Amino acid sequence: MEKVAEYLKIERAQEWRAELRKSLKAKERTSRERVHMLERDPDVRNKNIDEVNLGLTEDLALLEAQRCLDCPNPTCISGCPVGINIPKFIKKIDAHDYLGAAVVLKETNALPAVCGRVCPQEKQCENNCFYTISLKKPAVAIGHLERFAADFERDSGKVAIPEVAESNGIKVAVIGSGPAGLSAAGDLRKFGYDVTVFEALHEIGGVLKYGIPEFRLPNEIVDVEINVMREMGVKFKTNFIVGKTASIDDLKAQGFEAFFIGSGAGLPRFMNIQGENFNGIFSSNEYLTRVNLMHAANSEYDTPVLSGKNVAVIGGGNTAMDSVRTAKRLGADRAMIIYRRSEQEMPARLEEVKHAKEEGIEFMTLHNPVEYFADENGRVNKARIQKMELGEPDASGRRRPYPIPDSEFDIEVDTVVVSVGVSPNPIIPSSIPELKMTDWGTIVVEKDTMQSSIPELFAGGDIVRGGATVILAMGDGRKAAAGMHKYLQEKVKK
Amino acid sequence: MPALKIIDIKKMNKIVEKEFFSENVAKIVIEAPEIAVSRKPGHFVIIRIDEKGERIPLTIASSDSEKGTITLVVQKVGVTSAKLLALEEGGFINDVVGPLGKATHIEKVGTVLCAGGGVGVAPLLPIVEGFKKAGNRVITVLAARSKDLVILEEQMREFSDEVIIMTDDGSYGKKGLVTYGMEDVINREKVNLSVVIGPAIMMKFAALTTKKYNIKTYASLNTIMVDGTGMCGACRITVGGKTKFVCVDGPEFDAHEVDFNLMLSRLGAYREQEMKAYENYLKTVQ
Repeated sequence: MEKVAEYLKIERAQEWRAELRKSLKAKERTSRERVHMLERDPDVRNKNIDEVNLGLTEDLALLEAQRCLDCPNPTCISGCPVGINIPKFIKKIDAHDYLGAAVVLKETNALPAVCGRVCPQEKQCENNCFYTISLKKPAVAIGHLERFAADFERDSGKVAIPEVAESNGIKVAVIGSGPAGLSAAGDLRKFGYDVTVFEALHEIGGVLKYGIPEFRLPNEIVDVEINVMREMGVKFKTNFIVGKTASIDDLKAQGFEAFFIGSGAGLPRFMNIQGENFNGIFSSNEYLTRVNLMHAANSEYDTPVLSGKNVAVIGGGNTAMDSVRTAKRLGADRAMIIYRRSEQEMPARLEEVKHAKEEGIEFMTLHNPVEYFADENGRVNKARIQKMELGEPDASGRRRPYPIPDSEFDIEVDTVVVSVGVSPNPIIPSSIPELKMTDWGTIVVEKDTMQSSIPELFAGGDIVRGGATVILAMGDGRKAAAGMHKYLQEKVKK
Repeated sequence: MPALKIIDIKKMNKIVEKEFFSENVAKIVIEAPEIAVSRKPGHFVIIRIDEKGERIPLTIASSDSEKGTITLVVQKVGVTSAKLLALEEGGFINDVVGPLGKATHIEKVGTVLCAGGGVGVAPLLPIVEGFKKAGNRVITVLAARSKDLVILEEQMREFSDEVIIMTDDGSYGKKGLVTYGMEDVINREKVNLSVVIGPAIMMKFAALTTKKYNIKTYASLNTIMVDGTGMCGACRITVGGKTKFVCVDGPEFDAHEVDFNLMLSRLGAYREQEMKAYENYLKTVQ
């Protein structure tokens, strides 16, 4: 850590940054209002899959970059799971060196255009910004600026390929090509390893492709970042399920010396209530996969989806918001969130809730389904809903919901999307019986190195956390890559 | 067994052989060396024909680990199966992934009554072979609508102590449903275990038959799937009152516990879209 602090200090002392700091008085910087990102009109966007957020213009980005004080002690960085040198990239923007800003981002972040879109910055870097902590003012829009730099680079056609150390010839495998896997693969490649990423689906990207909808994260953006990794020399193998197509031992026999498991959150949870298996009731994973990965809403593609007029999405997380906003875009007259706690306890990002409301999504908070009914063809046509009230805080710190007796009533639904969480994917763990697991089916790891109970196996993301965010998974991937590097270098010495 | 080789070629999954058993049923042999090595009886693959295709599960009928091929038997029932059967030898399938699901639990139990209907006979073949090789007496009942739809009879005879053919129209073997053939055997001798694979409706009645005689029975279910790795839950069914995922908990289940009515209903979830899509497909082909 001291090394990092020292490095940041040296970087900050560079002449160009000192000059920039002097160019505008701190008071002038802090007196500015935080800029707003442009958004598509809610009544237009809720009928198509175009991206909702439109990014910052160059002028807006410059104004915002000037707000950053380039603090001597940049607390914002401590809030970033992948440790981006935030003041440096913002000051690069301030200095009109947008491509340079993108290079800074890519020093520690394999997917800046993705993170600029889907990270909960308000809980991370921006929550640790000097403006938030000391000035009690809106934070520097770090996320918006990250997106600006990444988008500028992509649109410029001059995408920088991060430097890679000389190949050391050591083969490592990354299992799963979601945010955890991509982040680990990027860093491992930078260290000089021969990296192969194995992916079970036919597309690279994991949850970035099958889960997060086009209107929040266009697939094209993900592909550009994946191409950068290909250019760096990362190999990808799709349609390959480690633990099924081949075992870890098979891969060892092929010369792979260490493994990063980032296989994600496999199993969708259901509520186990009557009628939950009727047609028209989906897990959010299935609903979103059909639409995002399989393009079910596009008639040129073969995969169908049941798009209803009255759609209820059960849950209050980001995935629930993604599902309900997708339902609206597929033509639902009524698309509603049914959540058992109040809006205050919702785990979804504020921005997603705000966008959903603007788009005409109904919110039934303090409600919970207890049973479903179907028509003669087995298609769901009614949900029985119970009213809830909040009691004392539970283990999660949120107030526990309790059902109100005799408060049930029925609503008409023809589609229900159950978005109440996921369990870790059991395929890999079940193929390695000696791997130490928790009671929740997650892999036990040493938290600084992400090393599992089997020395050559490392893990991160939802298979360790059970259900988290893109950026936490990416942070795990970076930590694991560093842990693997240390492990392999020590092994080579012996 | 040859060692697994990770191959990195753009064009994989080449169709090396295609043979029609009848107008709408064909055997397709596909280059899939990794799967050929690791698959076991009961496993399935998910395929996607082209960039715009859907993902569908198909149970593996056999494999050749030396040649690096797997064999699927496919019946034309909709757009994807029609597209698959329209591919020529030398053509490629965009995506083939597997082997998926749990392998059949094969052990020596005594006498095993295997019943296959339609193209379900194909995935039954490796199971028949497995039980025979494990030292069981294996009696196989093959059912089809008519003589020309009876498939893999020769191969079944190779690994069965007895093969009974049932046709709906009596054009071959005995006339009648699969359950008649099964009941004849059950009434004649002690059966320790039964395995049934075929259309859901056939498995439903086969299960009812063996339940009457209290014979432990496994059914291999072919539900609608998307990812096939437990991620989506499209394939979920109710077994013994509990929700199970066919892709990771199955595809084989205790047939007496499976809610076949629910399974039948779920299989029909997209019937309207499927029929429309098939009509459109036929128009484009003509």
